[in-house]
Amino acid sequence: MDFDLSEEQRMLKESVDRLLEDRYSFEQRKTYTKAPDGWSRELWQQYADLGLLSVPFDSKYGGFGGGPVETMILMEAFGAALVLEPYFATVTLFGGCVRIAGTEAQKDALLPKIGEGKLLGAFAHSERNSRYDLADVQTTAKKDGSDWVLDGEKTVVIHGDCADKLIVSGRISGGQRDKDGIGLFLVDAKAPGVTRKGYPTQDSLRAADITLKGVKVAAGDMLGESGKAFPIIERVAQSAIQALSAEAVGGMQEMLDITVEYLKTRHQFGVPIGSFQALQHRAVDMLVATEQARSMAMFAAMMVDEKDDAERAKAINAVKVHIGKSGRYVGQQSIQLHGGIGMTLEYKVGHYFIRSTMIEILFGDTDHHLAALARAGGLIAPGTTA
Amino acid sequence: MDLRYTPAETAFREEVREFFRTSLPADIRRKQELGQRLAKQDIVTWQRILNKKGWAAPMWPVEYGGTGWDAVRYFIFREELHLAYAPDPLGFNVNLVGPVICAFGTREQKEFFLPKLLNLDIWFCQGFSEPGSGSDLASLKTRAVREGDHYVVNGQKLWTSNGHNADWMFALVRTDPNAKKQRGITYLLIDMRTPGLKLRPIVTLDGDPHTNESFFDDVRVPVTNRIGEENKGWDYAKFLLGNERAGVARVGTCKRRVLAARALAATVMVDGKPLSENARFREKLALIEVELQALEITNMMVVDKMKKQVGYQQDPRASVLKIKGSELQQATLEILLEAAGPSAIPRQLDFLLAQTDDVIGPDWAATAAPNYFFSRAISIFGGSNEIQHNIVSKAVLGL
Repeated sequence: MDFDLSEEQRMLKESVDRLLEDRYSFEQRKTYTKAPDGWSRELWQQYADLGLLSVPFDSKYGGFGGGPVETMILMEAFGAALVLEPYFATVTLFGGCVRIAGTEAQKDALLPKIGEGKLLGAFAHSERNSRYDLADVQTTAKKDGSDWVLDGEKTVVIHGDCADKLIVSGRISGGQRDKDGIGLFLVDAKAPGVTRKGYPTQDSLRAADITLKGVKVAAGDMLGESGKAFPIIERVAQSAIQALSAEAVGGMQEMLDITVEYLKTRHQFGVPIGSFQALQHRAVDMLVATEQARSMAMFAAMMVDEKDDAERAKAINAVKVHIGKSGRYVGQQSIQLHGGIGMTLEYKVGHYFIRSTMIEILFGDTDHHLAALARAGGLIAPGTTA
Repeated sequence: MDLRYTPAETAFREEVREFFRTSLPADIRRKQELGQRLAKQDIVTWQRILNKKGWAAPMWPVEYGGTGWDAVRYFIFREELHLAYAPDPLGFNVNLVGPVICAFGTREQKEFFLPKLLNLDIWFCQGFSEPGSGSDLASLKTRAVREGDHYVVNGQKLWTSNGHNADWMFALVRTDPNAKKQRGITYLLIDMRTPGLKLRPIVTLDGDPHTNESFFDDVRVPVTNRIGEENKGWDYAKFLLGNERAGVARVGTCKRRVLAARALAATVMVDGKPLSENARFREKLALIEVELQALEITNMMVVDKMKKQVGYQQDPRASVLKIKGSELQQATLEILLEAAGPSAIPRQLDFLLAQTDDVIGPDWAATAAPNYFFSRAISIFGGSNEIQHNIVSKAVLGL
């Protein structure tokens, strides 16, 4: 047991922290949101130059060869800076699918390009009716000779508007919510039959609804085995939750710090409002929630590569439950303790509150994961006691 | 960064687990499983077994009987102790007065007390709180006046837990009423047989006369029973606050209660189905487990830090352990009561005190309510959770 970062991990943390310190003040961030994509292409290239876009990829594909801890380091920093660039969509989701399920040829073709900043990807999986059910896929994938043809609609595809390539889930066989019969397909975002409607999201990111009409996919562009994509989707969702948990912790720590600073500087009744015990105790509860969330982000890093499918799934359920609850608490209190200023978009803290609210929804909310964990029999194994 | 235990730590866990499995007397384990109160003799018996093994006070300096374990091993020991339903070594002896005597006692005090503390030949109780001094402990008024070789003590102490079982008391008394309140306090060791010292039992909500009020009427205490210097008692008492953080959260205790609640809920029927299959109950239990998991990792982080540093530094996570740890201990007893339902209604004090095997309803349910009632003390004693909030607010957040 050792909670210290390795030398490489410390260096990674320092380099991302330094970059964001220089380039991601709240004011600078505002200018990035006004760029055509809603984020900074120039910074994206800098992430690539620093090797950040290849962190989870094997060195065989030009990657950093990092694991969940490296992802945690990056995402926590991104969460603290409210980073707008499509790292999560491109590296965690799209890159995650390729990393987990791609053939050698697919990895060779895609991962180095992601790492170099030359390929943006998105994971076009969710649909209007699917909510948090990862198996709920209505988009159809029909065989046409050796090719596939996709028809359907994907909704709220994070950074789907700017992606060069999409990974699209399609139903090959079975009913709407069957785990069997789903395929994953690599689709060029500009392929004939693909139409995208991009829009901003609540948290100043971007997403798209994507319509697929008779979109042809070559046989070699399927990821994984035909009809067996569900376990891949589950793994990617678990990686996504691991990454989001670290991002959430970065945001929570900022909300806590900003709020405590405000309590020290804001005066009412002739004294700093931080001298009032009602507010002090609330701030301490924010700290408790943040520290507990940090522990769960570490738990996520520890468990996301666990070999036992059931143990891994339960652990990730637990992580999302905690992140959802603690993020909501810290977010709501950070607004409340600021009072009116917390309600304005001109002020930073509300942006963290908004992002943490979106993180709670992404890849299953608290109730969804709590119900799944409870159904699976809880976390503590009966063999724990002597 | 690696959150897994090393092979050596895992082997140590196995060794500890095996020892508890084979050494804990079955009747003591049974009482603990049922949530019954232990008799004085149970606690003495178990501590002597631990002492024989050399594990009665693992974190004392090795020269006085400690084990030399690092914080990780001590954490594992505590976790396995709790998972095995084994009682803690007597906290008053081992965690409270023992380390103070080790650090500040005279040679004579060390020689006389330390071996007896380890073997529980002497049982200590605590004389800190008073009717007017709870959270504001330093305002205490029990007066000690020096007369030759003795202090003459007059006043009143409250919450003298297990005082009726005790041979000695460690107490804070006021020796200088004119000094600033923390400055005029002295730390005394008082023989419970001293004339003028009387106890009145206090029955707590669980029905157990577990604690006491102590009255001092010209109680003469030899000066040789003073710890350290006169008027420095507050410093010695405060030294304790840095002790005993690794096990404060009691994750192991909570874990076994969660497992018990799940198993017992399978035996309770609701609407024709086992309670363990009831979605609402299951989710409540799962939520406790989620919080417990977070606390366990937080605990490991604190322990890892303690292992690596010399001396204690302010770590916000240590306060989290106390606040969340007490809340979760309470939550686990609350959900056991909910599982028991109407079976918890009969008041069965004799069964709680393990003085009879006769029981109305399921045995586990008979102790659910008293244990829940008593659990409300966990967020009060040892510095209430509100005081913990004040401490964190000041020391960590700088408010």
